[in-house]
Amino acid sequence: MNMPFYVSPEQLMKDRADFARKGIARGRSVVVLAYDGGIAFATENPSRALHKISEIYDRIAFAAVGKYNEFENLRVAGVRYADMRGYSYDRSDVTARGLANAYAQTLGTVFITESKPLEVEIVVAEVGATPEDDQIYRLTYDGTVADEHGFVVMGGQAEQLGRKVKDGWRENMSLGEALRLAVAALGSGEGSSSRTIEAAQLEVAVLERDRPRRSFRRLARQVLADLLADGAKTSSGETSGDDLPPADELPVGTATPGTATADTVPPDTVPLDTTDTGDTGTASTGADTTGTGPEGPADASPTEEKPDERPEAPGGTPETDR
Amino acid sequence: MTLSADRTTGRLPDAFLRPGSSSFVDFLAEHAPDRLPGNRVMPAGVTDPASLSPHATTIVALTFDGGVLLAGDRRATAGPMIASRSIEKVFPADEYSAVGIAGSAGIGLELVRLFQLELEHYEKIEGSLLSLTGKANRLATMLRANLPMAMQGLAVVPLFAGYDLDKGTGRIFSYDATGGRYEEHEHHGVGSGSIFARGALKKLWRRGMDAEAAVHVAVEALYDAADDDSATGGPDTVRGIFPVVATVSVDGYQRIEDAEISRVAEQIVAQRRERGHLA
Repeated sequence: MNMPFYVSPEQLMKDRADFARKGIARGRSVVVLAYDGGIAFATENPSRALHKISEIYDRIAFAAVGKYNEFENLRVAGVRYADMRGYSYDRSDVTARGLANAYAQTLGTVFITESKPLEVEIVVAEVGATPEDDQIYRLTYDGTVADEHGFVVMGGQAEQLGRKVKDGWRENMSLGEALRLAVAALGSGEGSSSRTIEAAQLEVAVLERDRPRRSFRRLARQVLADLLADGAKTSSGETSGDDLPPADELPVGTATPGTATADTVPPDTVPLDTTDTGDTGTASTGADTTGTGPEGPADASPTEEKPDERPEAPGGTPETDR
Repeated sequence: MTLSADRTTGRLPDAFLRPGSSSFVDFLAEHAPDRLPGNRVMPAGVTDPASLSPHATTIVALTFDGGVLLAGDRRATAGPMIASRSIEKVFPADEYSAVGIAGSAGIGLELVRLFQLELEHYEKIEGSLLSLTGKANRLATMLRANLPMAMQGLAVVPLFAGYDLDKGTGRIFSYDATGGRYEEHEHHGVGSGSIFARGALKKLWRRGMDAEAAVHVAVEALYDAADDDSATGGPDTVRGIFPVVATVSVDGYQRIEDAEISRVAEQIVAQRRERGHLA
């Protein structure tokens, strides 16, 4: 007598989540962090052609970890989405929130309906007119969206690296400080072993607040090396035809390292389930938020599972996901 | 076809996720052909379609040492009337190229918007710039799609100029309404006043001019065009409206400030006054 083949939904979701997480954990991490002049993205990536960080639109950038072909597909879709929207309406009508919603629904649907979930984790970031207007959304393989504040670490040892970035990050860091923190975090491996990553091994890009129109810019190797050197002497930065001011000239405000504790704001994360975005105040409804789709209720289940899966960090702080 | 809409589920439509070309125009043609400017059907019985949209007039382009310059007057006409005194007809196509339009203004402006997006889209998807010839060919393809409209009188004649990063020179491309692409050397002009502007360019253009001299030549050529062509506007000192002049060099696209054009225009007027009434 054969028993019918049955897998409980809980088990099915857990298996899929484990599968996706394993795939993502194999990749190298990406650090995204806000600095006084915008948002910086850094990852270890020796390739000059296969990018993990890309421009989506004027003020919006994309960073991803996981399977290259899968996130590349999502990146291209994002560029098409943004360009189509900007062409149909206006350039100012393309927002990171709209794109994050579209990505979330796509990831969520694939997680539930396809034979395998996408093994990717994505950050969609938009630089605003002021630091308060900056938006950083982190999307996981199951379509969960988190509205992050200040910084995000994803990929390989996200939890460990995230802790390191959390300790060092504060508001209004200069670009040099932010990148040194990001690179130090990327170089801190398992246990106490840490290594120095050369500029040539890094892929670094920024969304610069003060740039007109297209704010995305990749940092050339020499500029990056100068910024990482220690920020004291960056005179050769100009030779590469770059308009970036040396790190020590960037306004750092009152938040010098000595007084940083007063300014430090603990990063707070608002975990949002995609199906809830219509109800939460942080992600107010627009044309993009159409409420609960047909896959809505199913979408919620992986999120509800989280406390069981990640007992080490309840509350969804940035370092929980791996 | 609900493309940017994703109304029902909020997810990205399948068309977005399908691997395909790096061209936004191709993407539109495949998935939302109704949004392409050339795919409109002119209703029967319109006797004079050209009167539907104002007519944009003179554009000139010339090379100089280390780059290329594109300039256009600010007038659009509707028959004998001036439709606009301040229309702009010269635009950056991307960082290293510029495009100017003559002909049907409504279609021309839409074409420019799509062309700018086409170049930006390619750059974002591919992570590299198209070659200058590649850009010029894309514009020809887009123009070809507009042929049905052109045959009904709504023709657009662009002038494309850019800095060739591989060759290290400025280059000029002209087009006809069928999408024919022709590389021009030294200088060129399109639009109703171009006969007069080209005459002036022929006399004024010098090999090895710098950007400043090129600006002077361009403004003077447009001045001559405005002098004899009623559809071309001259420098308007009363309202402070001056031709749009842009240079493209290794440093990228740069629009010359109105204050500078105003100074050059005054210089030209003073020279002419000195020479006598018929100059």
